[in-house]
Amino acid sequence: MSKLKSEVVEKIKSLSVQYPTKEAALLPALYAVQHEYGWLSRDNMDQVAGLLEVPPVRVYGVATFYTMYHKKSVGKHLIQVCTNISCMINDAEDIVAYLKERLSVQVGQTTEDNLFTLIEVECLGNCGAAPVMKIDEIFYEKLTKEKIDQILEYYRKNG
Amino acid sequence: MDKRNQKTEFGMEKILLSRIDIENSHKLEVYEAHGGYQAIRKVLGKVAPEDLINIVKQSGLRGRGGAGFPTGLKWSFIPKESEKPKYLCCNADEGEPGTFKDRVLMCKDPHMLIEGMILCSYAIGIQLSFIYIRGEFQQEADTLDAAVAEAYKKGYLGKNILGSGFNHDIIVQRGAGAYVCGEETALIESVEGHRGNPRLKPPFPALVGVFNCPTVINNVETLSSVPFIVCNGADAYRAFGTEKSPGTKLFSISGNVQKPGVYELPLGTPLKNLIYDKAGGLLAGRRLKGVIPGGSSSPILLPDEIEGLTLDYESIAGAGSMLGSGAVIVIDDRWSIPKIAWRLAVFYAHESCGQCTPCREGTAWTRDIFKRICNGGGEPQDLDLILDIQDNIMGKTLCPLGDAAAMPAIAFVKKFKDEFLNLMKNN
Repeated sequence: MSKLKSEVVEKIKSLSVQYPTKEAALLPALYAVQHEYGWLSRDNMDQVAGLLEVPPVRVYGVATFYTMYHKKSVGKHLIQVCTNISCMINDAEDIVAYLKERLSVQVGQTTEDNLFTLIEVECLGNCGAAPVMKIDEIFYEKLTKEKIDQILEYYRKNG
Repeated sequence: MDKRNQKTEFGMEKILLSRIDIENSHKLEVYEAHGGYQAIRKVLGKVAPEDLINIVKQSGLRGRGGAGFPTGLKWSFIPKESEKPKYLCCNADEGEPGTFKDRVLMCKDPHMLIEGMILCSYAIGIQLSFIYIRGEFQQEADTLDAAVAEAYKKGYLGKNILGSGFNHDIIVQRGAGAYVCGEETALIESVEGHRGNPRLKPPFPALVGVFNCPTVINNVETLSSVPFIVCNGADAYRAFGTEKSPGTKLFSISGNVQKPGVYELPLGTPLKNLIYDKAGGLLAGRRLKGVIPGGSSSPILLPDEIEGLTLDYESIAGAGSMLGSGAVIVIDDRWSIPKIAWRLAVFYAHESCGQCTPCREGTAWTRDIFKRICNGGGEPQDLDLILDIQDNIMGKTLCPLGDAAAMPAIAFVKKFKDEFLNLMKNN
């Protein structure tokens, strides 16, 4: 198995001494791995288990419980569209349909060029600006088809 | 309207949102320039911790996360003498659909929250606290981290704060996408690095919380209300709101209104003022179909049920629903209630942690039956079946997620029965 990069290992070690128990650093440790590699491979999860001195099954359990940890690789940019109630009654379904059409993917799939993965998510906590989506860590609010065209063009241009 | 609420009609003084329109309101120097960090100067090393708890008790402040439990009373449940360390967890896992108020506080006035947390920790004797923020709020977590760093630099966090001998540290901890972690015992599990499976209560977190130590868990808005109370006194806080629901509260209003957003209002303000005055009412030509008054878990109210209703814990409970997190979702006549019921059932089935059978199985069955009805394959007896399933969820699970899923489902089916029946294949 390939070893975690030393800076990731150092990050996890420094996280683990912040808390009363090493295990409490598990969620941020998994974020550190995902930030570096884009997703959580079994090999990498096993190494996190070793660093935090917990059984590997604890790490798999946490990784699979929380939706924000990716258990398989995703595209360069993750598009998360909220379809919960406040967005739904502001036409979020049309937004999802339009994104599917423009990206030529179904929900849960990655574009052929590996640039985008499209997913539907539960309430993102920004209901006043519905309909909303996030691309990576950035919120895009009060979406329209025109806005989506501009946003996708921006990412396609900038990679 | 009683006298205390008249202030509100003529541009009242705001408690929680007083600084948000100021440029760089998230910065420490702006907070200080507008009255910030005066509360800790007033009390640290000068006021006995017990007296501080009493001030909060007298203010009548109630938990703003949804349950409305009296904050001072909650603080007093933490043992004064404890061999183990005590902890504070600030619940910033804002995930109840329709709720987006805490995000405003964390982005625009993070130091007010930090000061509230220092006050709470001083009152209880806590050295380490956590802000547990939902994972999706990465930028918001970054804002908090920067504010915490500023507070350390200025000596408001760390060792011997303001020369009082009191030490306090704050760690910003991100969740990773799980609605159930807003439930306090699931939050505790998550802070410990576990799956967010709620715990059986008792023991309550006040005695056995995070790392098996006494723990107080308060919502962002609750803690953010404390500096005002400490600076201005309990009576100044009680000048707003009603006798049983004192103070102001943030209301997130979304859905089919002209001006959705977060508004600060005294508790006891008429719901229709929020919808029609603050949020500008419905879109032109639309008719009101229903209002969900306190987040997606609160039962929907019909237009005639909101007549005369005021935004306080007692009034909304009296109408058979809940003030909850203060998330008002307005639905107009374009939208199908069965479809909304299905969408919310999808949410609860997805978010059920799976630990308790009634919730795990019941939310999934409810979702599937709503789907069947929406797709034209339902039978009239499906409605009774849905109600029977909810009856088997309500009160039969470790945490309130089961009830949160069942209560709205019951209200949708009972109050919009004809709309469901119209979708049935044999109708």
